[in-house]
Amino acid sequence: METVIAANRFGLGARPGDLPAIGNDYQGWLLAQVDGPAALPRIIADLPPSADVLAEFQSMRQDMMKQRQTAAAADKPSPDVVNKARNILGPAYRDQLMARYTVAAGTEQPFRERLVHFWSNHFAVSADKPTVTALAGGLENEAIRPHVSGYFADMLLAVEQHPAMLLYLDNQASIGPNSKAAQRMQRFGRGRRKADINENLGREILELHTLGVDGGYSQADVTNFSKVLTGWSVGGGPGRLRQGQPGQFVFRSVIHEPGKQTVLAKAYKENGIRQGEAVLHDLARHPATARHLATKLARHFIADEPPATAVDRLASAYLKSDGYLPAVYAALVESPEAWDNILAKYKTPSDFVISSLRALSVTPDQPQQLIGSLMLMGQPGYRPGSPAGWGDTAADWDGADGLMKRIEWATAVGYRAGNFVDPPRLAENVLGSALSEHSGTWIRRAETRAQGLTLLLVSPEFQRR
Amino acid sequence: MQRRRFLQATGSGLLLSALPGLSFARVATDARLVFVILRGGLDGLAAVPPYGDANYARQRGSLALGSPGAANGALDLDGFFGLHPSLTGLHSRFNQNELLVLHAVATPYRERSHFDGQDVLENGGTDAAAFRDGWLNRALAELPRTDDSQLGIALGSTVPLALRGSASVTSWAPSGMPNVNGDTLARIAMLYESDELLSTRLEQGLAADALADSGGMSMSRGRGGRQSLQPLARAAGNFLAAEKGPRIAMLEATGWDTHANQGVATGGLANRLWDLDRSLELLANSLGPIWQNTVVIVATEFGRTVAVNGTRGTDHGTGAAAFLLGGAVNGGRVLSDWPGLAPSQLYQGRDLRPTIDMRQIFKGVLRDHISIAERQLSARVFPGSNGIAARPGLTRNA
Repeated sequence: METVIAANRFGLGARPGDLPAIGNDYQGWLLAQVDGPAALPRIIADLPPSADVLAEFQSMRQDMMKQRQTAAAADKPSPDVVNKARNILGPAYRDQLMARYTVAAGTEQPFRERLVHFWSNHFAVSADKPTVTALAGGLENEAIRPHVSGYFADMLLAVEQHPAMLLYLDNQASIGPNSKAAQRMQRFGRGRRKADINENLGREILELHTLGVDGGYSQADVTNFSKVLTGWSVGGGPGRLRQGQPGQFVFRSVIHEPGKQTVLAKAYKENGIRQGEAVLHDLARHPATARHLATKLARHFIADEPPATAVDRLASAYLKSDGYLPAVYAALVESPEAWDNILAKYKTPSDFVISSLRALSVTPDQPQQLIGSLMLMGQPGYRPGSPAGWGDTAADWDGADGLMKRIEWATAVGYRAGNFVDPPRLAENVLGSALSEHSGTWIRRAETRAQGLTLLLVSPEFQRR
Repeated sequence: MQRRRFLQATGSGLLLSALPGLSFARVATDARLVFVILRGGLDGLAAVPPYGDANYARQRGSLALGSPGAANGALDLDGFFGLHPSLTGLHSRFNQNELLVLHAVATPYRERSHFDGQDVLENGGTDAAAFRDGWLNRALAELPRTDDSQLGIALGSTVPLALRGSASVTSWAPSGMPNVNGDTLARIAMLYESDELLSTRLEQGLAADALADSGGMSMSRGRGGRQSLQPLARAAGNFLAAEKGPRIAMLEATGWDTHANQGVATGGLANRLWDLDRSLELLANSLGPIWQNTVVIVATEFGRTVAVNGTRGTDHGTGAAAFLLGGAVNGGRVLSDWPGLAPSQLYQGRDLRPTIDMRQIFKGVLRDHISIAERQLSARVFPGSNGIAARPGLTRNA
């Protein structure tokens, strides 16, 4: 039973042969996957860096603006901006999504990969914001993957300095009211636009990324922290934001709010970019952050209502290790509560797609079908729609229509792949002791292999992990 | 409509590579062959009732069809056998001598698993593990040809076992999500029986579908109905009628596993038979004059129990009915070495006893219609079948 939990709840779903290969050392199998750094999967390493994609997008946008001005002057129709943008964003988004699901379908380190997805959802950006469409995968691959088995503080810093997060939460143009730029605007500006901060990033770091909504911060903390973060921006933007390497993080001292700021009752002296780094460093070590992350991890890996004992254990491992994530993962894997219930969690659509691919030992080969599948079942890739990310309880996913969509999808998979598998044997191979006699019987009795595969995929055991 | 397009974009990316170009070629044979597999186990005693057997009505009880002339009675074939009243198209083909009805046939398979039974019907061996390719594909490999284009086509998104193998074949299916048929939904409901959450959600989902449909919201998601064979049958005819088109096509129909409430003259099975009958008519029509040079084989993995079970249906059996139809068929008759339905005559006391080996029929068609020598058939198409002679006289030119 523990082996099945390791493969299907901690991992991404068993492939045929995985269960016997994991065997009795299921805890060792899990922890070995997060024991120190690991190389990026080849297909991920081969993706173009976010900075390149963004720089291309920025230069296209500037060209278009110039052209539009000339076109307006010449009374010509304005060029098709939307289509041009699509030609840059679409392929980047598609390739990132394909790479993500190709790795998930075939990885030998499914626990590590699930953690990548977990942290990516913790630090959610949403590709439905056009500037982020081509960067969401970049955030996951460039800021999260390198730190998934390292220190949380390092991951936090990498995320908050990634162009995807800065653009998603509008920090690139957040201007300190007393900054040099603001003063210049007041002097020369026509007084229409008053330079000021944007609180979006500062608030979400406190509420979502670190302390949690009940983490004990005030509105003053949000405002002050946002001032600290002014100047954290992206190079190559429009107008005054052009300076810096296009598409890369840049600290703009001209828009940074000068002076000392107090966040969570601690004063941070003016220190340019270091001021913000110091706040993030302290936030990462805060007990409220430990509890917030421990709760989310326990909810993801143990139960929708995580047992308090397990949350305490994880939070204390976090604080004791200074936020060294492998130590927290070890506490998680060694929590007895994790091994009580073989089917504790209802799969998300993404879980369902990945575990189906793994059960069938295939990787996605048609981007439109992968994108469409996730969309059909209600979890479009990299598009949670809000910085809070996707919900992580059954109630977020177990709607009637969602189930009907899963049944439709499983029917399509049955037709495509059913002829190539032996559904009753496959059920045993991927569900192991989780497979009930009842489901086994119905899968065996199916009229066709296609129907048998459909029944396996929609079975209560396969819908959960 | 957005939603439709959206559904078409989905489906799994699994195992589906781009369709090979539909380029076909010139071959020595102009004969056309269609293999229709009925997955699930067609009830031969419902499709082809032996109303003249005194034991038929007695053994079949509430599921027995009436004799010809009775209300909702069978359509008469030869004074002993009849056809289910849904099969009017087949009946008129019979009267035009274009339908040969086979009864009490079976593959060498004698167990009762759908998967293994279908494998044996398709691999042409004596058990499910005998071959990993199919007899139709091995037959294709024997055809003399002038180029390497595809002579075989599967109407469906994947190639079924019978057509899989070294000879290159193609497949075609209309785009879009397949619909979830009512039988599968019924089975899912059983699967969820003891799962409170999922059974509730399924019920709610189905209720919402029903409302959407009844409200004329044209939101039908293609769920709960039956997968009709008709569009694929028509497409098969069009492919085969093309001058440089394929010569051999395969169709699959599901929904024959009638364990419960299968109905008699009307009901679930009657509807399936009606769809099959319509589909075969569409196939004939779309073939046009080529129909005269066509043989269609309709076969299933096994028949069903003679007696009715506790849920007004029938369980997995052995001896089955099958059809050969087409302009090239020497039809208008029933080919059967009838074993009888008395309890002592049944196979294992429950099933129609098989008296004709399906491979005799396959070999007879391949030899006399497709012109593959019996020596090749025994050596390469059905290896190890030396003792199973091709059945003569199945086609007109034989």
